[in-house]
Parts: sequence; C-alpha cells; structure tokens
Amino acid sequence: MSVLDSKIPAGPIKDKWTSYKDKINLVNPANKRNIDVIVVGTGLAGGSAAATLAELGYNVKAFAYQDSPRRAHSIAAQGGINAAKNYQGDGDSTYRLFYDTVKGGDYRSREANVYRLAEVSANIIDQCVAQGVPFARDYGGLLDNRSFGGVLVSRTFYAKGQTGQQLLLGAYSAMNRQIARGKIEMHNRHEMLDVVKIDGKARGIIARNLVTGEIERHSAHAVVIATGGYGNVYFLSTNAMGSNVTAAWKIHKKGAFFANPCYTQIHPTCIPRSGDYQSKLTLMSESLRNDGRIWVPKNMEDVMAIREGRKKPTDLSEDERDYYLERRYPAFGNLVPRDVASRAAKERCDAGYGVNATGEAVYLDFASAIERYGKEQAKIQGINNPSAAKVYELGQAIVEAKYGNLFQMYEKIVDENPYKTPMMIYPATHYTMGGVWVDYNLMTTVPGLYCIGEANFSDHGANRLGASALMQGLADGYFVLPYTIGDYLSDDIRTGKIPTDSPEFDQAEKEVKEKIDFFINNNGTKSVDHFHKRLGKVMWDKVGMARNEKGLKEAMAEIKAIREEFWKEVKVPGTANELNPELEKAGRVADFLELGELFAKDALTRNESCGGHFREESVELDGEQKGEAKRNDQDYAYVSAWEYKGEPADAVLHKEELEFNDIELKQRSYK
Amino acid sequence: MNLTLKIWRQKDANDKGKMVDYKVTDISEHMSFLEMMDVLNEQLVASGDEPVAFDHDCREGICGMCSMYINGEAHGPDRGVTTCQLHMRMFKDGDTITIEPWRAKAFPVIKDLVVDRTSFERIQQAGGYISVNTSGNTQDANAIPISKVAADEAMDAATCIGCGACVASCKNSSAMLFVGAKVSQYALLPQGQVEAVERVQNMVAQMDLEGFGNCTNTGACEVECPKGISLENIARMNREFLRASLKG
Repeated sequence: MSVLDSKIPAGPIKDKWTSYKDKINLVNPANKRNIDVIVVGTGLAGGSAAATLAELGYNVKAFAYQDSPRRAHSIAAQGGINAAKNYQGDGDSTYRLFYDTVKGGDYRSREANVYRLAEVSANIIDQCVAQGVPFARDYGGLLDNRSFGGVLVSRTFYAKGQTGQQLLLGAYSAMNRQIARGKIEMHNRHEMLDVVKIDGKARGIIARNLVTGEIERHSAHAVVIATGGYGNVYFLSTNAMGSNVTAAWKIHKKGAFFANPCYTQIHPTCIPRSGDYQSKLTLMSESLRNDGRIWVPKNMEDVMAIREGRKKPTDLSEDERDYYLERRYPAFGNLVPRDVASRAAKERCDAGYGVNATGEAVYLDFASAIERYGKEQAKIQGINNPSAAKVYELGQAIVEAKYGNLFQMYEKIVDENPYKTPMMIYPATHYTMGGVWVDYNLMTTVPGLYCIGEANFSDHGANRLGASALMQGLADGYFVLPYTIGDYLSDDIRTGKIPTDSPEFDQAEKEVKEKIDFFINNNGTKSVDHFHKRLGKVMWDKVGMARNEKGLKEAMAEIKAIREEFWKEVKVPGTANELNPELEKAGRVADFLELGELFAKDALTRNESCGGHFREESVELDGEQKGEAKRNDQDYAYVSAWEYKGEPADAVLHKEELEFNDIELKQRSYK
Repeated sequence: MNLTLKIWRQKDANDKGKMVDYKVTDISEHMSFLEMMDVLNEQLVASGDEPVAFDHDCREGICGMCSMYINGEAHGPDRGVTTCQLHMRMFKDGDTITIEPWRAKAFPVIKDLVVDRTSFERIQQAGGYISVNTSGNTQDANAIPISKVAADEAMDAATCIGCGACVASCKNSSAMLFVGAKVSQYALLPQGQVEAVERVQNMVAQMDLEGFGNCTNTGACEVECPKGISLENIARMNREFLRASLKG
C-alpha cells in the first residue's frame, strides 16, 4: 500500500467536485478572522489565492521576492488562457477540454484533477471580465478566441500578446483591494528560506527581508507555496532571472514529496541563443504557430549558403523548403503540441539543417499568412486585382494587429524585420510540469502545507498544452484552494494564534542564519553564476530534449561534483545585512544543484518516452509512427513522488498509480 | 567594443552616494544592456569588489523591474524598450555611458541603482481595482458586449508595466501618466463605471500624498514610456477627475 493518498472523491467524474464541495467542512465567518494563512509567491496562483482567502475573511500574509506582486513571472505569459466556453460553437465542452489536456499531457496526469480544472475554466473568464481584464473582442463586442497547439477547437481567450500580464494585473487589483482593507499583509522584497513544522503540521516560515537582510519569523495555521517552476535549473530558460526552486525545495527537505521532476517543457518557439554571455532566452508566443509556417532548407547547399550569407531565406522557392511539421504531421501541421514541435526542430538541427551560425535555429515564416490575409482584406474592401504590394500591405496590417508586439520584440532583440524575412526560432526550457506532489485538495504530504500553480505537479502530466498554465494558476487560486483549505482549517478554529518563540522556530531560524553566514564567510574563488552555468550545461546536454541511460548517469555524477565544488569554492561578496543579490543567488543555486541531480535520477528511472520526457531507448521501431516517442503504460503509468533522504541520489521513490476510467489510453497521434 | 561606465554607487538609503568609473572590454553588440552589466558584475566579483545592485527580473520587457537612467534617458537611447531590451548595438566602441537610478522624491534609493517604488503600490491600493468578489459567481463574460474600440483602448492603457520611467523622465517627477493609464483602463470599460467617482478621487489624492509633482504637459513621459502609453490617458484622467468633482 502506497503512502500516497490522492484523496480523489468517489463517484462519476463529472460529479466529483460538486459532491466534494457539498460535503466539506466550512469555517464560519467569525472564526475565519482568527485564522492566518501564509501565501508564498504572488503570481497568478498565489495572487489569486491570497485575494480570495482574504476576501473570505482569513488573515493573509503574502510574500514576493520582487518589489510588487505585479512583477511575478506570470506576467510574461503571452498567448492566452483556455476555457471551455464554446463561444465559437465549434464543438468545445468541459469533457473535450479535459480530454485534450489529458491526451496532451500524454496520459500522465490525474483524471479527477484535470476534469475539475476544465470544469472551473469557464468561470475564470467570467471572473476576469468582471475585474476589468481587457480581453480581445470582435466587432460585435463579444469575446474573441484563437486556437493553440494540440487541439482542434478555438478556446483560447487573449489580450493581445500580453494575456498573462492582464490576468496578473487582474489578480493584483483584487489583492490591492484586500491590502487596502488590511486583510492581506503584503511583504514585498522578501524571500522564504524555510518552512516551520510544529507537531508535524506546517505552521509558519522563515523569511529574509531582502532589503535589510533581517531574518523574520512568520506563523500561520496553513502555508501555501505558489512559487512557480524550476526551469532555471538549466541556467538558460524563458523564466525570469529570479525564478527559483528554493521554496519548493525547502519544503521537499521538510517532508513534502517532489513529483515527476523530469517532466519539463521545452518550448518550440524561442529566440535562438546568440552567444556565451546570454543570460536568458525569450519566448515568442506559440500563437504565432497559428499563422507561421516552420521550415528549414531541403538541401544542405542552401543551408551552407544561408549560414555564410550568400543566400537569404526569401531566395528559396517553395520546393526548396522543407516544411517538416506539415510533412510529418499532416493532420495537425504547425499546430502539433509543444514537445512534438520541439523534438522535430532538434531532429532537423541535429541532422545539420539549422539556419544560423550556431546551427540551432529553424525558420518561422509569415509570408503565406500575410498573403492570405491580404487577399481576404482586398476582397472585403472591394479592391479588384490588387497588386502584390497592395496585398502585402493589407496582409501585414492584419498580422501586425494580431502579433505586433511580438514582432517588435523580435526585431529589438535580433535586429531583423520579421515582416520581411522569416523569424529564427529554437526550443528553450519554458515550463516545468513536475513539482511538489499534492493530493486532490492541493495539499502536500505535510499537513497544512499546500502547493498551487506551476509549483505543483498535478494537472499537465508529462506535457502542458498551450494556454493552460494561466488556466491552472487561476483555477487553483480562485476556485479550488479556497474550498479545500477551508476543510482543513475547520479543525483549527480553537487553535489560536501560533506563537513564533517555539523551539521549532528557533531551530529553523538558526539553520537559515548558519547557511547565510557560511556563504558570506566562505571566501571562495568562483562566482555563483560560474556554477549555475556549469549546472545548466550539464542539464541541457544530458537531461535536455533527448535523454539516455549513459548520459543521465553521467549527469548525476557531474552535478554531484559541481555541487561539492560549489560548497568549497563559491564566493559571495558583501554582507548579510544589506541588499545582496549575490547572496540571494547563492542560496537559489545551492538548491538547483540538489534538484538537478534528483531530476536526472527521475529521468533515469523512467525508461519510457512520454510528453516532454524523451528517452532515446524508447521509440517506435516500425509502422506509421516509426521514430516517434514510445510510451510504456504497462510499467510507467504512475506519478513518481520522491521522498527526501539527504543526498538527492538517496531519494526514495513512491508511486501513485494512475487510473484512467474516463479516457482510453491511446498513443498520441498528430499525424 | 570597449566602454567606460559612470555608475551611481550608493551603499544604502542613508549614504550620500557618488558616481564611480568602470571599464568593460570586449562587449558584443548583440548583448543586452543588462548582459553587459552582468559582465561588469562578474568582473567586480572576481576582483573582490561589490557588484552593482540593480533591479531586473523577466528580461523581456514586461515585469517592469528594470529601471536605469542611461545617458540622461529612462531606459536609455532606444524607443519603446525597457533597459533589459536595450541592446549594445545602440552604442559604439569607446563610448562613455552614464548610469543612474530613477531620481524622484517618491522613489528613494535603496542601494546603487535600486529604488523604492512602493508609492506606486499605495496609489493602486487606493482605488486601482473593481470591487468584485473573486468567487466566480458573476454573470457570463459575454453578457455585456464591449465595443472593440473601447476594449482595444482599455488594453492600450492597461499595457503599462509600472516601471516608473514616466516619473523619472518628468522634470516635476509627476506620476500622471501612470495613474492616468490605470484610471483610463477602468473608465473605458462598463465594469469600471460603478466606482468611477471614488476611484479617480482616491488615486489622485494618494498620488499627491506620495509627493509626486504635477503635470505641466511637457510630454517627456510619453516619449520615454517603454510601452507607448499615450498622453491622452492624462487628459482622460483630468476629465474623469473634473466630472467626479462636479458629482462629488
């Protein structure tokens, strides 16, 4: 019998959430005033949870390492948010969104959680519109939709290419209302450095005031971790520079199991790397694949000519181009899911067809879309026999209206005009489906300790569909956690305020201070970034888009060695009692160096290819699917939940077997 | 390229602060400005000096953290970009670049190039929201049609990233563009009408309380705004304020 209890309610899948809500314990409004909840992280999940819990009447303390909740990295999400509204009447439904998400996740997510997500999705849109989120609208004044990779309906709501920004500002405005009422005590420029457990329950955190360096104790009846993903373990990713695993890793070390760390999404449409100084990678929204066609030259001579500057991509005729996604996946074409698109780009570049100096770039071409829209506009405007220039002009205006800010961003970074020449793109680490293990209530294996949003593992299986991260973050924060946490807190109405002078707080604070003193006094010879870059290189080369047993074993050994050297040689300038960004980074990289090894161990244990996790040993050997990823449901239809035991290599695996009652397990085919 | 950097160093809020010269070499034109700063900081760590503290996070121009006053311009010489999106191709070999924090009474310096922008937070808390509960028990999202023009204009206003470049660029350190953008977003949407009177009055009162200056229609804020927030938003806020004064 597994130690993991997912607490999935009984009954038919479509009734589970409703009947669950009918039966849970509630806390009366007078008692809520006596209960404190800590929320760490204020992105879409944390921000929406903090606002909603405060509105329900709990006393919320929220923490962000940035100077404002509005700056959390949810703000950078571009393309949109899914919801099963079926406004387009194109056959969408709660079931279909559920089905698409489970299929897109390559059948490695928990059915009941995903169904609930699909069920509450429509409400998110209602909520956001009421908050004043300016979603895109059509000329009739109703909400507009676009389509995204991996699905056959248009269910994605958007606000230009800044949907994450607008949704986060919505949640932020809801938070501001509660901050003004005194129901949220907001701690900006604070970082959580440990969780405090009393009698086995999460009862508070130790945080560092990043401006003064002061170590603070904060107590609460429950603690919610909403600190996002761990993509920065690769050093280069589309995450913000400060995005880190520290809060999630600290709770892992205090008893929260960490699930599926190897499920990482490598996003197909990012701006390629330009040099060794590169500090981060920039995503170009997946929505671009609606209108952009991805290709590389068919002939190696053309590849060389382009790299050497003798030819331009626009010199190549249609039959000299290999639209490899359209060729390999005629049904979905350029709109295959992210993992499939990324691996296909890697396959072409590994074969030598990459179109820039590093050999790691493919084209994303808008010429066909510009022409198509131009002709359509000419017809609408009654222009007969328009010139090619006129068609181009009309078409460009439409593309600009749809993606203008993305095109501008590309031009600023690469210094090329993407209306005139195709964009260059290459996959980059973007999102982590793995994370802290949670049950149906979003509670970790530590009572009173919750984990929501990207930081948990629950809804996306082995691969996340586009426009689903925003949906999950807000679903968890606005509509799920506020119910489930109440059921737990109903036992705490007589507890009273949790004192912060207990031995548990003393001990946790002591450990945090010792670590900080160690960094300051270590007097090593190498900077934090030196180690972070080395870790990133091992992760990308051996635990990246394609993985094999030999590479993973090497990665584990190499990461351990880098970690040992880090503790001897890391150099942190400045003092502990001031704003010290190098000290902040040191603590974060120390945790990445442990997570990285567990990540490789998880990837090694899972000898199948599923979603973002591709094992070279597990591919289809013949038939129509030859060369495609081969999943192994017989042996691996489970969630890997790792228990901390000191060294990452000693972590103990617990399996949560996945049951599929409402969806038939099938090989994903996008052909 | 090789560059001389003149950078504002200030240990903490109480320190007087001064400009300090640094040299960086072999800077690629493809680097972003902050990647150039990373090179400098790696250099400083290696030589045992304290690196320059600066705010940054997303490095793709949307979080609003980065905030450098470069050669006398907020976010530097390029238009429509934040400091993190500024690229070194805007400079040439041998240049001397002056880098300062935002300068405004309402944005006190915390350290080096890092300033305290919590005054913006308090303005938002004074009324930058619609008082709707987050229970989800609202009407259907399509129940109130909103014209595409109004939705697009609201979106243009809402695109503000709250970086504070408008304040830093203004000779009066006015926050009118920032506040105008938020007031406008709600003023343009039907959902914002219910609390329109209180909202503009409370936000403007808080803005004044924080010590931001007044607007004298110079328009520097609009020029330097990385997101192209239009001066029309200030005019709209003034109209809203006048209307509120008449009603109130």
